[in-house]
Amino acid sequence: MSEDAAPPAALPPAALPPAALPPAAVPPEAVPPEALPPEALPADAALWERLRAATPARIALGRVGHTLPLDAVLTFQLDHARARDAVHAPFDAAALAAELAPLATITLDSAAPDRTTYLRRPDLGRRLSDAGAALLKQAVQADPAIAGRDVAIVIGDGLSATGVQAGAAALVHAILAELRGLTVAPVVIATGARVALGDAIGAGLRARVVIVVIGERPGLSVADSLGVYLTFGPRPGRADSERNCISNIHARGGLAPAAAAAILGRLVRDALRLGLSGVELKDVGEALPAPERPAAEQKDPR
Amino acid sequence: MVYAGNFGGERHRFDTLAAVLACASPARSGDSLAGLAAHSAAQRVAARAVLADLPLRHFLDVALVPYETDEVTRLIIDGHDAAAFALLAAMTVGDFRDWLLLPETGSAALAAVAPGLTPEMVAAVSKLMRNQDLIVVAQKVRVVTAFRNTIGLPGRLSTRLQPNHPADDPRGIAAAVLDGLIHGVGDAVIGINPASDSVPGAQALLTMLDDLRERYAIPTQTCVLTHVTNAIDIIARGGPVDLVFQSVAGSEAANRGFGIDLALLREAHDAALGLGRGTVGQNVMYFETGQGAALSANAHHGVDQQTMEARAYAVARAFDPLLVNTVVGFIGPEYLYDGKEIIRAALEDHFCGKLLGLPMGCDACYTNHAEADQDDMDTLMTVLTVAGCNFLICVPGNDDVMLSYQSLSYHDALALRAMFGTRAAPEFEAWLAAMDLIAPDGSIRALAAGPATLVRALAGSGVAA
Repeated sequence: MSEDAAPPAALPPAALPPAALPPAAVPPEAVPPEALPPEALPADAALWERLRAATPARIALGRVGHTLPLDAVLTFQLDHARARDAVHAPFDAAALAAELAPLATITLDSAAPDRTTYLRRPDLGRRLSDAGAALLKQAVQADPAIAGRDVAIVIGDGLSATGVQAGAAALVHAILAELRGLTVAPVVIATGARVALGDAIGAGLRARVVIVVIGERPGLSVADSLGVYLTFGPRPGRADSERNCISNIHARGGLAPAAAAAILGRLVRDALRLGLSGVELKDVGEALPAPERPAAEQKDPR
Repeated sequence: MVYAGNFGGERHRFDTLAAVLACASPARSGDSLAGLAAHSAAQRVAARAVLADLPLRHFLDVALVPYETDEVTRLIIDGHDAAAFALLAAMTVGDFRDWLLLPETGSAALAAVAPGLTPEMVAAVSKLMRNQDLIVVAQKVRVVTAFRNTIGLPGRLSTRLQPNHPADDPRGIAAAVLDGLIHGVGDAVIGINPASDSVPGAQALLTMLDDLRERYAIPTQTCVLTHVTNAIDIIARGGPVDLVFQSVAGSEAANRGFGIDLALLREAHDAALGLGRGTVGQNVMYFETGQGAALSANAHHGVDQQTMEARAYAVARAFDPLLVNTVVGFIGPEYLYDGKEIIRAALEDHFCGKLLGLPMGCDACYTNHAEADQDDMDTLMTVLTVAGCNFLICVPGNDDVMLSYQSLSYHDALALRAMFGTRAAPEFEAWLAAMDLIAPDGSIRALAAGPATLVRALAGSGVAA
């Protein structure tokens, strides 16, 4: 067809099969539109309340002309602003170290020099800065006992410093409680981190398993969600398929820190026992969602 | 062969065809990430001058991705229509740009040469074109497809209703579908991205959508955007599959990363055709693409992301799709950094897809770590509508609560209809009229009036109970 067509003759409104119209339908011509203002439709108002309760999606927002009412616009803008602020918030590694004390910590940076570069260059966020690599080496030289332990834990800012600042310390304490009986290296706090930075850190500490706690990409409804990644035998070049992930750890209807830590504890022990992690290591009953989209569909800062 | 030329008093030299194309591409973060971008703004312009002087047929002689090891290249080369190319055979890329922009070059001529064009040719010429040129040419191309309605007719703009829910809750999804329908959205497809990749889960959602569509005789198609192998499974189990969905990319290796190859797509295409569910047409495939997909799979073969994206359209073209959607801002700022890059990429994708004969739509979208906001999407939806885009993605209130990104809203579709007078697919529009959703001036009624009919209808049905 190359020309615009009027509605095809086979489908004018009147030709819709009557059976397809439900009995409750009011024929359009029977009730003029102006006779049906919203306030005259209490049943519809109650219906919309029920519909709204069924989804967190922004439905039934109303209309002004051909667009959104101002309150819906401003609510959206506030949610977006919070998400943006979470992405760009500076990471206060020292404050997190203080919060974790007396737990021993090592604070270092990735090769991404600033936040803008970090967002453009995921490869730099996966490598240690020269200073960071040197610092890790010195720490191991100063105290060789911190190397070769069962588990290394890395806290990285990822895409939500806000989320890490708010929830990482509690999550790490919950994780440590689940790792009783295993040897754990000092917690490394990394700025400008992608998930794979844990490979360099875990290798530097010669840990058998590295756990990376990281801020997930903020959504409009949740800006402070954390993800946790587990990699057996960390070394630079590990593929994402060699990791296990627990995501959506937050207080707004997400996974609770204790629940996430319990799953992780099982996975760590299985990984150490089997000598692997990733697609071949399953936590029974824990199906991770896999939305189908072109690429980079993960919320986590890989 | 060395690619070189004197430009602006300087000699510029590029070692490969891929380097000419990459350096000629407008700046974007993904090409920088891949180490392929021009070293300077002046080098970028020089690369365009070198590219403009290349004969179009050069792209038939030099494969950017090896023919021997890549089935997408074989698809492009083996399927090339030399007769359709004859008119262009003596042109350089620069000549081709000029020819496209001539007012005398109309829809019929563009449709006639489409089988003679390769993705690399259209990607190359797009790099010589400003946004304005991409719009002017795309506007002239009409690609009309059909299943239960007819998409892509002049003056029409279709929409995908995307009612995603973070837990795939059927009531929550039904609520978002209802809200979309009363805004006149959903003629391209009512399509759910499921949170879970379970096959029974996808089949249950598909059945729910199909019951809803049947019950109200809505002349549209439904889809659950699950992997092609799941769609084949669901068809085998007797599930109501209207459209087979799949993400596709521009190299065999990148497609392997998606768990597909051409043979699998052929199998799915045949299976969906076998169901014969279309009433006014049999375009049964729905593809999604996006610049950066090949690079993110490390399967880009040193080729810039826009050219790789155009190669994905060669894959789509082989299966007569109903819908091809470039999910332009979804992939993140490491590929398209800000609103400017996203808008440019969307116009390139729309232009390249249309020239290759595809029913192009766009998900005008961005993530929260990109330098973009709804103002950029307002600009993008406007330029895409002017360019004659076949369909746009719409989610409630611009917020996809499952995929955590922002797209166009049901309200944005209203605004576009008001600004440009664009209407829904004719069959769907007739249904909207029957549901009393259309005002005499053709606009979609506000909730206070006509939609009460449908709200009551749906409420009475128990679907929304």
